[in-house]
This record gives sequence, C-alpha cells and structure tokens, in this order.
Amino acid sequence: MGYIRPDGRVGIRNHVLVLSTVICSSVVTRRIADQVNGAIAIENPFGCGQLEPDLQVTKRTLAGMAKNPNVGAVLVVGLGCEQIQADELADEIAKTGKPVERIVIQEENGGTPAAIEKGVKLLSRMAEETLAQRPTEVDASSLVMGVECGGSDATSGLASNPVVGYVSDKLIDLGGTVVLSETPEMIGAEDILAKRAVSKDVADRVYNVIKRWVELAASYNVDLVGTQPAPGNIAGGISTIEEKSLGAIIKGGSRQIQGVLDYAEEVKGRGLWIMDTPGYDIMSVVGMVAGGATLVVFTTGRGTPTGNPIAPVIKVTANPYTYGKMKENIDFDASTVVNGKETVEQAGERLLNLVLEVARGKQTKAELLGHREFMIHKIIPSF
Amino acid sequence: MQAEFTVKEAIVLSPNDNVAVALRDLKSGSSILLNVGSLKLTIKLIDDIPFGHKFALKDIPKCGLVVKYGHVIGRAKRDIKAGEHVHIHNLESLTSVHSVCKGEGHE
Repeated sequence: MGYIRPDGRVGIRNHVLVLSTVICSSVVTRRIADQVNGAIAIENPFGCGQLEPDLQVTKRTLAGMAKNPNVGAVLVVGLGCEQIQADELADEIAKTGKPVERIVIQEENGGTPAAIEKGVKLLSRMAEETLAQRPTEVDASSLVMGVECGGSDATSGLASNPVVGYVSDKLIDLGGTVVLSETPEMIGAEDILAKRAVSKDVADRVYNVIKRWVELAASYNVDLVGTQPAPGNIAGGISTIEEKSLGAIIKGGSRQIQGVLDYAEEVKGRGLWIMDTPGYDIMSVVGMVAGGATLVVFTTGRGTPTGNPIAPVIKVTANPYTYGKMKENIDFDASTVVNGKETVEQAGERLLNLVLEVARGKQTKAELLGHREFMIHKIIPSF
Repeated sequence: MQAEFTVKEAIVLSPNDNVAVALRDLKSGSSILLNVGSLKLTIKLIDDIPFGHKFALKDIPKCGLVVKYGHVIGRAKRDIKAGEHVHIHNLESLTSVHSVCKGEGHE
C-alpha cells in the first residue's frame, strides 16, 4: 500500500510536516506541530552563518525531507532574516505538486504567539485534507530502502548485515531501490565495492569519496580508532575501521552499484546506490531519507533506539544479549543466525516479510516510541 | 563472505583468515576445534576471548597482515602468537598515521 504523490513518487506514510528554516524559528515550529494531531516537526539546527557549499547541503537536506513521498503536506516556518528563506524553500518543495504553506515570524504582528496561532490555522486545514487520503495498492518496486548500521559489534558483520544484504538483493531483484551510506565505514572495502560499479566512472568515484575521508582524518594527524571504530564497537570486538567496513558493506547486498550520490542528493534510479555520508547514524539516516528513502533498515549490535521524523526505521540485531535487554526498541531478532537455528537466507526471508508489512503500514518500534532524531551533515564550520 | 555456523565456540569466516571469532565467552587454556574451509584445526587459547572478539589461528609477526572475511583488516603492532586475543592492543588499521610499521615496507 502506498501514497502516490503528484510527482509520481510513492510514499508509505502520509505525514504532515512543519519545517523550520533556521534554529531561530524552531520553537514556533515545534509548538505549531504540537497543537495539530498527526503533525510532525523538523527543527533545523542551522540555516544561517553558513558558507555557500555548507548552505547547499542544509538546503538540499531540508527540501529533500519535505519532498520525500512519505510527506503529504508541508508548512515552512521562517524567521525572516536568515540565509534559508522560507519562500525559496517552500517554492522548491512545491515543485513536487504537494500542498505547501509558509509563515515568517518577522512578518507577523505579535511575535511568537501570533506566528503560532496563524501556523496552527494553516496546518489544521492542510492536515484535514491530507490525513483524509487513503493509500492505494502499489508493488514492492516502488520501495526505496536505506540501509544503516549503528552501535555495531562482531554480530553485525557475522549475521545482521548479511541478513539485511539478503533483503537488499531481493528488493533490487523485485525492481526496488537500495541506498548504502556511511562512506567512512567503507574504508578497507574499496576494491570490493569498486568491482561492482556499473562503470569505470562510478568505480573511480567510489575510490575518491572513500579516500577523501581517510585524508580528512590524516590531515588532523589522528588515527581513526576510538572514533571509527567507536568505544562500543571496540568493546563488541571490532578492532579496526577495515574490519568494521567489511562487516558493514554486506548490508547493501551484492548487486551492481549504479552510482555515488552526494549527501541528501535525490536517488536517480532503481537498483543499488551509494550515498556519501558520515558514519554518524542520525546524519546518515537523514541523508538517505532526504535523498528519497521511504524506509530504513538499521542493524545494531550494542542496541540503539533511534528513528527518523518521516521514515519508519526497522531495527535488527543479531546479538542475543542486546535483543534480550532492548526488545522494546528492536523489531527483528537475527541472533538465530549466530546460534545456528536459522540460515542467513531463512532470516532474510523473515526480514523481507517484515519490510513489506512495515511498507503496508505496520508501525516500527521507533515510530511507536516517538523516536524522530534529526541531524544534518555539516561540511564547513559556521561563520 | 557468508558465514556457516557449524561450530559453536568460534568461527573462521574465510579459509584465508588468520583469526577466528568467538561465538561465546571462551576461557584461556581451552582448546577450540575450528573448521577452516574443509580442514579441521584445534587452537589452544592463551587469553580469555569475549563473545565476538578474535583470536589468532597462527603466529603473526609484527607488522604482518591480519585477515578476516578473506580481506585485510589491519596489521600486527607486535608479534602475535596462535591462540592470543587479537584486538586494539596488538592490531592497527592500515590507515594509522602513528603506525609502528612506517618505513618497514608494510605500507
């Protein structure tokens, strides 16, 4: 089941979104969303004091979240004097044909209370129309699945990522789309990925985006260990970034790589895509969702509760101790593969069924618990 | 890179690997039976190995490559003995800028 948007893209949720252009309009944004049942707020921590290349990343991310087909209607809330102007952002989102309204705090007579009052009126009207829409039957080929791993341990590479990789291959074979991100967690696995690139240009780009992260760390004269892998990864048995990477990339499966996208860049076609993002989970998940992922499958070894404001995030662990302690946050137990009760293929078929159920509307643990973490990748310090 | 879980204590993920992964907490002094490709191998542990951690299948010289999943995951920071815990105290990334192996032909 899905929501077919005016631009032809298919969502699996029907959110009404309130989006701040800048941190200064974030309180108004949140309070408007709080007063309209079913509305979700995204508070942009940036939006001002940004040099152009960094500003482009923020703009692309905000517009991408709003353009994502999981969103049915959008209210943009600006302050007035910031770099990301509400009109410009709203016009960009409106290209999708979905309903978009805007308010600007400095243009209202009455500051915060007046802006909230006007916003609630606009949003209520949009929510009434949008939430009345009913999903229609669509097939799995319209799914865009982001794959993520966070709080990894040795079981991630042994079992949960191979299980997700099985689902990635299956979904691509059904005509769907998969996005693999977290470029620093590809260090040491360059050759494996580049060999699967659709062209020499794409292979070169795979090498280049990974090399850039190695050089960035080296430019500060620091080793990655302690950051990549992080303390929890190390406690879980992962010793080097190469080891983490080799375990991580399996979640993207084994199909041909169609291209390498910039952070939050819109996915350009079907099949498997790499997106150049940090390994920091929330930044990575937001980048993929802004690029069009409508659903995320997220493996964890140590256990993490995080979600996304607009895309369901399915949590998978193969660590039996973590599943035992954090069932409330974990949707899928893959520890059966570690203890030999199931093969990767058997667990993969079970996970594929769950992915399709979530696409049809089943709520994930992160959705039920209200996990809507949001963070944007930053490439230049603020000025 | 697909794992086969036929042995309960530990697993060798690829026949070329020189480390195994513990599938439960293992005690120093215990002998672990492993499948390496079609061969059987017994390793006597000289350290405790926690769940998910690695131990060496053979002696690995200082600056020698450590292989898991059939691929290089780093190099030894010092001599590592068969049965020894392999982790951040004796294994480093090839990306390390403070490597003990710089200039020794292991770049």
